[in-house]
This record gives sequence, C-alpha cells and structure tokens, in this order.
Amino acid sequence: MLTYTLRRLLLAIPTLLLISLVIFLLVDLAPGSPASEIPLTVPPEVREKILESLGVNQPIFVRYLLWLKQFFWVEPLNGIDWLFGTNYAEGMQRIISYQTRSPVFPLIGERLPQTLTVIGTAYLVGVLIALPIGIYSAYRQYSLFDQFGTMFAMIGFSVPTFFTGTVFIIVFGVWLGWFPTKYDTTLEVTDWDSFVKQLRQMAMPVMVLGLANAAAISRYMRSSMLENMRQDYVRTARAKGMSERTVVLKHVLRNSMIPVVTIIALGIPSIFGGAIITENLFGVNGIGAALIGAIRGNDLPMVQTLAFIFAILIVTFNLIADVLYGLLDPRIRYD
Amino acid sequence: MKLKTALLGAACAMAFAPAAFAERGADGNVNVLYWQAPSTLNPYLSSGTKDVETASLILEGLAGFNEKGEVVARLAESVPTVENGGVAADLTSITWKLQPGLLWSDGTPVTSADAKFTWEYCTHPEGGCAQAARYEGVTAIETPDDLTIVIKFSAPKPNPYTAFVGGTSPILQAAQFANCLGAAASTCTEQNFGPIGTGPFVVTEFKTNDTVSLAANPNYRDPAKPAFATMTVKGGGDAEAAARAVMETGEFDYAWNTQINPELQAAMAGGGKGVFLNGFGTLVERIEMNMTDPSADLPEGERSTTKHPHPILTDIRVRTALSMAIDRQILVDVGYGNAGRPTCNLVPAPEMFASDNTGCLTQDIEGAKALLDEAGWVVGADGIREKDGKKLKLLYQTSTNPVRQDFQALIKGWWNEIGVEVELKNIDASVFFGGDAGSPDTFQKFYADVEMYANNFDGTDPEPYLAQYMCDKIPGPDNQWQGENINRFCDPAYDALVKEMSATAEMGKRAELAKKMNDMLTKDSMVVVPLVDRGRLSAASTTLGGVVLNTWDTELWNAQDWFRIK
Repeated sequence: MLTYTLRRLLLAIPTLLLISLVIFLLVDLAPGSPASEIPLTVPPEVREKILESLGVNQPIFVRYLLWLKQFFWVEPLNGIDWLFGTNYAEGMQRIISYQTRSPVFPLIGERLPQTLTVIGTAYLVGVLIALPIGIYSAYRQYSLFDQFGTMFAMIGFSVPTFFTGTVFIIVFGVWLGWFPTKYDTTLEVTDWDSFVKQLRQMAMPVMVLGLANAAAISRYMRSSMLENMRQDYVRTARAKGMSERTVVLKHVLRNSMIPVVTIIALGIPSIFGGAIITENLFGVNGIGAALIGAIRGNDLPMVQTLAFIFAILIVTFNLIADVLYGLLDPRIRYD
Repeated sequence: MKLKTALLGAACAMAFAPAAFAERGADGNVNVLYWQAPSTLNPYLSSGTKDVETASLILEGLAGFNEKGEVVARLAESVPTVENGGVAADLTSITWKLQPGLLWSDGTPVTSADAKFTWEYCTHPEGGCAQAARYEGVTAIETPDDLTIVIKFSAPKPNPYTAFVGGTSPILQAAQFANCLGAAASTCTEQNFGPIGTGPFVVTEFKTNDTVSLAANPNYRDPAKPAFATMTVKGGGDAEAAARAVMETGEFDYAWNTQINPELQAAMAGGGKGVFLNGFGTLVERIEMNMTDPSADLPEGERSTTKHPHPILTDIRVRTALSMAIDRQILVDVGYGNAGRPTCNLVPAPEMFASDNTGCLTQDIEGAKALLDEAGWVVGADGIREKDGKKLKLLYQTSTNPVRQDFQALIKGWWNEIGVEVELKNIDASVFFGGDAGSPDTFQKFYADVEMYANNFDGTDPEPYLAQYMCDKIPGPDNQWQGENINRFCDPAYDALVKEMSATAEMGKRAELAKKMNDMLTKDSMVVVPLVDRGRLSAASTTLGGVVLNTWDTELWNAQDWFRIK
C-alpha cells in the first residue's frame, strides 16, 4: 500500500508539469488581451506603457518558466516567510495579478474562507440529504417515496443554479424578506446574533448548491444499494434471521458505500474551486467569483494560478479516493 | 419622468437640508454596491471606473468637476484662471494654492511636495501609470513654498485643468508612496490597498474585488462631515442584482451603474424603496464608417489602409442614406430606456460644446432610397441595390453584448428596407477592444465596412478627443494598428482646425471650433454616425439624502454630503 502510494505520488509530478504547461498555453493563446480592460479614453502611448509594466509583451516561454519558478519556488518561500516571520523571499518577484497589481496568493487566501464555509456546508448538506434519500429509495424501490426522490433528483439535475438562485432571491429575498440577497464577507461570528446573521446569509446559497449536490449523490447511493440488495449474501443474512435493520444498515449499506465514498471524495476539489455562478449571484465573492472575474478581466496570471491549483487538488483527491477504496474494501489491495 | 425624478430629488434635498448640518458620523453606516468590485484603491494603477470612483472616497485632487462640468476647488483655495492670475497669460503655467492647515488622514500636513511627488510617481517610465494622460505636456512642477504648486507646460495649454483635477488624478501622500516608484509600484500592496488620503473616508479593511470597509476621516477638513460614520462598498453580481438590492429589497443605499433593460427599470421603479438617477455625459454609441477598403482580396497589410479607398462608402450619399434609414428613438427604447437619448453629435456635451445638430433624429426611409437612386445604386432583381455589377453589401461588426446585437438586428432591418444587404458579425469584447496587432478582429484593424461601439472623453474638454480624427492618427501596419482615427478620415481642413483649437484659449472660440469639427465628422460628412447618447444610470435608496449624480467626475464625488433621511 505504501509503495503504491509513493509510486502514485511520484507519477503525479510529471502529470502536474504537463497540466501546468497545457493550462498556461491554453489560457495564454486564447484570444483576448488585458488591453481590452483599459478604457478607450486612455491614449495608445499610455496603453503601451501599462502593458509593458505588466510584462505582457515578453515571449511566452520566458513567461512560462518565470511562472513555474514563481509558483514552485518564490511563492512557497513567501509562505514560509509569512508563517515563520523569516525573509527568504525578499526581493523576489511574486506572481502578480494584472487586475489588482498585487500578488495572487494573498488574494486567493482572502477568498478561501467564504468559499470553504459556504460551498463546504452546501456539500455537507447535500451529502446528508442524499444518503438517506438514496438508501430509503432503494429499500422501497418504486414506492411513493422513491418516485418523489426521483423527481427531486431530476429537478436538482435539470434546473440550473442561476435559475433556482434567482427564484430563491425573488421568493425568499424580495417577497418574504427572510434572507439577505447579498453575502457580507466582512461579518465575523463573535456571538449568537452574528452567528444567526451568518446562518441567514448562508441559507440561500447553501440551499441552491445543496439541492444540486444532493441530486447527483442520491442517485449514486440508490443504484449502488439496489445492486447490493440482490446479492447472495443479503439473502444469506436474512435466512440467518437477522433483523431488516441489521441487513440493510450494516451489510448492504457498508458495501454500497464503497463507490459512493469515491464519488464524494472526488467531489471535494470542487469545494475549493467554488461555485462560479452561485457565488456571483449571492455576492459570496469566493474563489469561483475570483476565477470568473479574472477570466472576464483577462487577468492571465490569476486564471493560470487558480486553474493549476484546481489541477493539483483534483490529482490529490483522486489519489486519496484510490487509497480510501483500498481501505474500505479489503479485497482491493494494490501491492 | 426624468423631470419628476429630478424635482423629487431637489425637493428631498431642500426638505432635509437641515439634516446636513448634523455632526460627523451621526448617521451610522451607508451601504454602497459596485457590482464590478474595486480591484485596487490606487487609481494610478488602474483605469477602471470602479477603482477610480471608490478611491475617490479617500484620495482627492486640487479640484474636481461638479455635476454641471464646472471646475470646483477641493484641496485648492480657489480655481486659478487667467482672469485671477492663476494661469499665466501665455497659458504655459498654472499656479495652485493649497488651503492652509490641510491634514492627511494620519494627521500629517498636506504640502506642495506631495503634489510634486504624485507627478513624479505617475510619469515614471517604468510605472505603467494608467492616468499618465492627465500629466501630458507637464514639463516641471515647482514648489516655491509648502502651499504653492506651479505646473509648467511644454506648450500653451488652453485647458490646464488636467493634472490634479478630478478623480482620475488625485494627490498621493509622498511619505507613504516614497518607495513605490516605477517598477516597485506593484510591490506596494499595502499602500495601493490602503492609501492615506484627504477625502471624507479612510480605509479600514480592503478585500480585493469584494468589499471595502471605510470609516469617517477624523482629519477631514470640514469638522461636520461626513454624516456617515462608516461606509461599506460591496462588489459582486451583476447590474440587475444590484438594482434589485436597492430598489426591491432595500439592503443597499446606493448602487452604481444599474444599467438594465427598460422593462426591468420600469418594474423596479415601482418598488418604492429607491429611485433611479440618470445623467448624461459624453458616451456616444455610434456607427463608424470605414473610408478604406477592407476587402479580403487585398494582400495582408493593405486591407483597410489608406492605399485603397472604400469602393462603396467613399460616396457621401451612401453614408447619408445609411444614417437616414435609422430610427434612433426606437434604438433608445429597446436598449436603454431612461439611460439613453438619441443624438446626432459626436460631442453631445458639455452644453457649450454641443452642436445644435438634430437633422438625423427623424427616420426618412424614402429619402434614403432616393439618395441611393441618385448615387446610381439601382434595385436589382433580388431587392438588393447594385451599381456596375457590384452589389451594395456591407459587413457590420461590433462587440458581443445583448444590446448591441439588438441594435444590429434593428439596423439591419432598416438597411435591408432601403436595399442594402447586411452581414452581421459580433466579436468578443476582449478581442474587439484588445488591440492585439496579430488579431484580424480588433476595432482598430476594422476589417469590416461599418462597426459600432461607444466612446467618450475624460473630463469636460473635447480637444484631445476631436484630435483623434487627424490624418496622422490613422491605424495601419506601420504603427501596429494603434491609431485612434478608426474611420481613416483625413481632411487637411480638419487638421487645421485641430491645430487652431490647440492654440485657442478663449472658451467661446474653443466651443465654436469644437462644434465645427463635430459637424465636419457627423452631419457634413457622415463618417461618424452617432446613434445614442448613453447616460449613467444608478440607483439610490429613498432614505439616502444628498446624492447628486455627476457624469463629469466620479459618482461618489460628494459622498461627504450624503446623509440619512430620517
């Protein structure tokens, strides 16, 4: 198991390097230029100067190598400096965002807390809703509850979040006035009142995303349960006189969880990636909103860095899912 | 409706004027929504409106513009003019006097050295200063004493109100930015995100592209202002959500640029929690005619260059007919509602510079047809006009944007009616306005017959804007397609007028010249076909008093006078 994990880790290095190159080239060669963000009232000479100071005019491979160095050397050093108060990275040029003309990583750090709270809670809520629905739907296949669960999943799948979000805003924000339509990122939870405020402002984005997440996971749970219910060991367990409760929740559920856990683990990187549409809609201003803002503003360093961080997360969680699989199912060993 | 809104606003301001004399910080918090969130608070590092306007709460210049476009003193004692001796008779220098006793928000005195430093900061060759145009022609800044700033120009400057005037060129604190000159500008994150200023507010927390938290400046020069103790500027979402947050849910007191379609404007105005404010500046949506041949048959490097005149559009009768076929009022109703009005002028404002040119406002399809007949374009079997075996066919391009695509469809309909075949093309804005010399789709390259976009000028002086149409500013391969004379218009008589204007100081005469140039480009030649004068549309809560929409400076220009209507 350990050798397997190590081998996978080593293999991840060339994979990530290749991904970084592809991301860099894709983002860079895509049509569009940061110059389009400069208003037409700015004369061409000034425009040229601005672009020059951003370093846009250097050849692409120079910028790629510089970015690699900054990502893997300068930024980690800055992280160490920040943690331990040292100054190894002094004088080194960091990855600078075109939009804000400031280093990219602190901007990401600023965005992460609200993304993790809102999107993370939504994911958790989604999983907590999905599992019981999936289990019971499978146990009582074709029952009224199962039909209802199927409908719920269909709605969650097919209605896009920008639509449910807007409907929620109009119903709960405008008509009923229960929840604020804009998320306040400066709110600090210090007492009961601010905690309630936080809950209220999280309610709508969490509901919208939770619905979408729950739809997918409940379907996986249901089909995995159904598959296991028909297995011989289930009949054996029942023949031995075990209670239905033990059969379903202990034997069937445990075996059915194997693929579902993988699905859930693979979905975790998307929490860090944020939710582009929902974040924008409710003004959560997390990573997703930062990414779309950077794309709109042709802020190449920001887009490249964010996309690459997502790539790292996805590769890592794939690895974690594979290892978890081995732990959950003793029949699977990689050695 | 517009008048009613204005009158209501005025009435509110009158009725609650006494409230403005309340003490500093008495009115609590005010919530402002900039759906395009501010990225930095240093306006010299970003030309984005959102950044410049938010920064204007903290940083100020010597003077600014009021809602009528007049220069009003801010940090200066008064506005220097030739009459009061502040501007040299030969127009080569201007002398500003700072108000005595001014303090930065950190308590240190504001001196003329700060202004001089700001000029050095922005004109540093490696800094990439976004507002360098405000300091164009400034050769030196002298500081004979702590309160006097003498700005010297390389040549007579009839409009000396560029450096340190308006939200785009505020004064930075020399002590704070001393280590941020040139290439070091982007390493100064702390300074750029938290500048020390003289404005009514100071930054307490800045979350990039998200939220700016501000508090009343304890050292603001008027001890009774601002009425609000704190201000929050929140970003994110879109124009519609922003309008809703003020007009329907009342969560925010002011929302910037709530440009939404006319039906939604009407629906939201009924909410009763806020009012839409609109004001008109110089932004004009227009169709530009290509005076050169964009044909793909020409070798690369010769397309859309002055080597080959346009085969169809060089005839003024065709250009005029195309303009006559357009019903501008319908365009306004479909696209902008209260935030737009039809115009025939390239320079629609300030009032003294606006020509009385209204000839294009009524649509005349029959007249357009007659004009094309006269020009020798006769209707062929398929309804398309032709002349010497050549069809009257135009490629009409613009950037991707729902309103522009509506405009394209409508105009195509009218042009089809007069027998012109139209092919539409829309290009992603980041490419169209990207200026990449390697791309065939930039608006400067103009590989199309006509194109549509909007442009305006900074401040109140149209001179640099009108100078864009000089012969030597035509984009072409030799200047990496960087010129501003998009139509490739070239008229020595026009160039002469530009020269004359640059040497004229008398305002009446300047206005006359500007009008003449405007007419030469629009009604006399129809090279530029203006469509809509696009205003600003913002939303303010009914409980927020003192708001005056200003299109000549930043929208937050008078935030120190805002107060809560109780």
